[in-house]
Amino acid sequence: MATVDLKDVRKVYGGRIEAVKGVSIAIPDGSMCVLVGPSGCGKSTLLRMIAGLEEITEGTVSIGGEVVNKKGPAERDIAMVFQNYALYPHMKVYDNMAYGLRNRGMARDEIDRRVREAAATLGLAEFLERKPRELSGGQRQRVAMGRAIVRSPKAFLFDEPLSNLDAKLRGQMRIEIKNLQKSLGVTSVYVTHDQVEAMTLADTLVVMNQGLAEQIDTPMAIYERPASVFVAGFIGSPAMNLLAATGGEPGKGLKLAGGAVVKPRDTVLPEAGREVLLGVRPEHMTLVSDRNNADIELKVTAVETLGADTLAHGHPVAGDLRSGELIARLPGSVHVADDDVLPLAIQPGMAHIFDAASGRRI
Amino acid sequence: MAEVARGASMAAALGRREEGGMLGVSRASRYTAHAILIVGILIVAFPIYYTFVASTHSLQTILRPPLPLVPGGRFWENYTTALFGGIGRIGGVDVGTLLFNTTVVALAIAVGKIVISILSAFAIVFFRFPFRMFFFWMIFVTLMLPVEVRILPTYKVMVDLGLIDTYTGLTLPLMASATATLLFRQFFLTIPGELVEAARVDGAGPWRFFKDILLPLSKTNIAALFVILFIYGWTQYLWPLLVTNRNDMNTIVIALRKMISFADADTQWHLVMVTCVLAILPPILVVVLMQRWFVKGLVETEK
Repeated sequence: MATVDLKDVRKVYGGRIEAVKGVSIAIPDGSMCVLVGPSGCGKSTLLRMIAGLEEITEGTVSIGGEVVNKKGPAERDIAMVFQNYALYPHMKVYDNMAYGLRNRGMARDEIDRRVREAAATLGLAEFLERKPRELSGGQRQRVAMGRAIVRSPKAFLFDEPLSNLDAKLRGQMRIEIKNLQKSLGVTSVYVTHDQVEAMTLADTLVVMNQGLAEQIDTPMAIYERPASVFVAGFIGSPAMNLLAATGGEPGKGLKLAGGAVVKPRDTVLPEAGREVLLGVRPEHMTLVSDRNNADIELKVTAVETLGADTLAHGHPVAGDLRSGELIARLPGSVHVADDDVLPLAIQPGMAHIFDAASGRRI
Repeated sequence: MAEVARGASMAAALGRREEGGMLGVSRASRYTAHAILIVGILIVAFPIYYTFVASTHSLQTILRPPLPLVPGGRFWENYTTALFGGIGRIGGVDVGTLLFNTTVVALAIAVGKIVISILSAFAIVFFRFPFRMFFFWMIFVTLMLPVEVRILPTYKVMVDLGLIDTYTGLTLPLMASATATLLFRQFFLTIPGELVEAARVDGAGPWRFFKDILLPLSKTNIAALFVILFIYGWTQYLWPLLVTNRNDMNTIVIALRKMISFADADTQWHLVMVTCVLAILPPILVVVLMQRWFVKGLVETEK
């Protein structure tokens, strides 16, 4: 068990393509750090650099306080779980788990003890004599995790381990991974593009975009105070509404692109004339009975009835399409039809203002 | 009631389906297909059977047509003479020696080709070294230079090295194989990168990876190649003809040719037939024994 520290890690392919542009993350001992971002954001490259499968162009990776830049993957004392399981197809489950230990020259009975213990933890005891192809996807994923566990490494690295499973199994395995990681207390780095996985698993969440860490914080802090338009749009489902607006005269609120004026409460508003984006999560808008109490009026163009919730899609009244789409998450009991005009209040303190040019939070 | 009736009709439909086979062909067309197949088999098998029949008759019977359609009574006599007696025309070498020579040559070529090509494919696919693509293309280019094309220079080299009439001389020039290398390369390219990386994380160096993961995964490919290459080696004609002078270094195919004289009467046809039968037995044995692996290697990619 150990801390994992990244300092200004950069990766340049072929001297030109910069995949990771200087990322620093400090992962405390025993915690779970999730790297999340769209495909091509460099999260997998970063993980592979921690694993030693990819050379580090610049910066340092330390595991347990020791710089491991020059060490091979086997010497770093890490274990990795791959997206496609990467089980050895010709070996039995037992041998799959034991292979890494045998290569380290561990005693036979110690290997046996560890494999059986891991198999019991993962509910694989009865499958030890089977070949991977005789197992279901979920079981294969468990074997892949077993292979990591038996090593008792300093760190676990997960590379989108659940993306090949169906939705139900994914939810179940998510909880299992979380519990397992907690009970073993092994420092883990987990790469995913699924924001639900990211939110539920992470102690520390790193949102990556174009080779940079846009924000590093706890999942809730990122949800509540996204540092940039990108993070705001990426975390949360449906995504945060982002409306183009201009700062009004002091006390006059914000002017949306179409002319409507919004005055979110408990929010620091930008100076007059500044181009901004107003961000409000769909779940942070409440339907009010009185139009005079409304911050914004939504002209409905489409309705999604989900049962527990109703999603009303549309755009602000008195705003043209340039100000952007607007989605409100309303209780399932509310009946909404197309072309309705809904008076909505933004919950106090739940409006986010971003600079239109830089995309950063103001 | 309706339920039951539907069930029954469904069962009947299923029964009909099963009868018609998977493709739902009718009984008549199935019989036709089988008839055609049987005729085909007869056409292929009859000459072989006739060779066997001829190998059990005396020379006189063979030379006085028509040859009987059933085996004669000289099986033991002919076979022991051929195997151990030594046959006049090819310098008193018995078929046993010929079989041994050919087996050595075919095995050496098959094993040598597989070892060389699997190692070179391993290097080309899994290692990054300078001029990697150059070497790959060099191997590829040799596809255009089969033995027949480079036969004179190769012969000269063998003479200079004193390898005429040796097993090395018979096999070495035939060993390098671009085809097998390309085959292994294609297979190795289908091995997912994650598997290679998992092995690296598990502490397997290149040699361990080759031995523990690549070789077991290539089993079926190796078996299929072995069958093909063994037969390739067994049926070599031109090169063994050139590189052997001594009769006791001949392979069976060469000896067979030497046994046949232009004058019909000089040829001991019964012994030629015995040699023929003995010559096709080992390849058949290899194919039959390795058939399961052979088919697997050609159709299935186990990953």
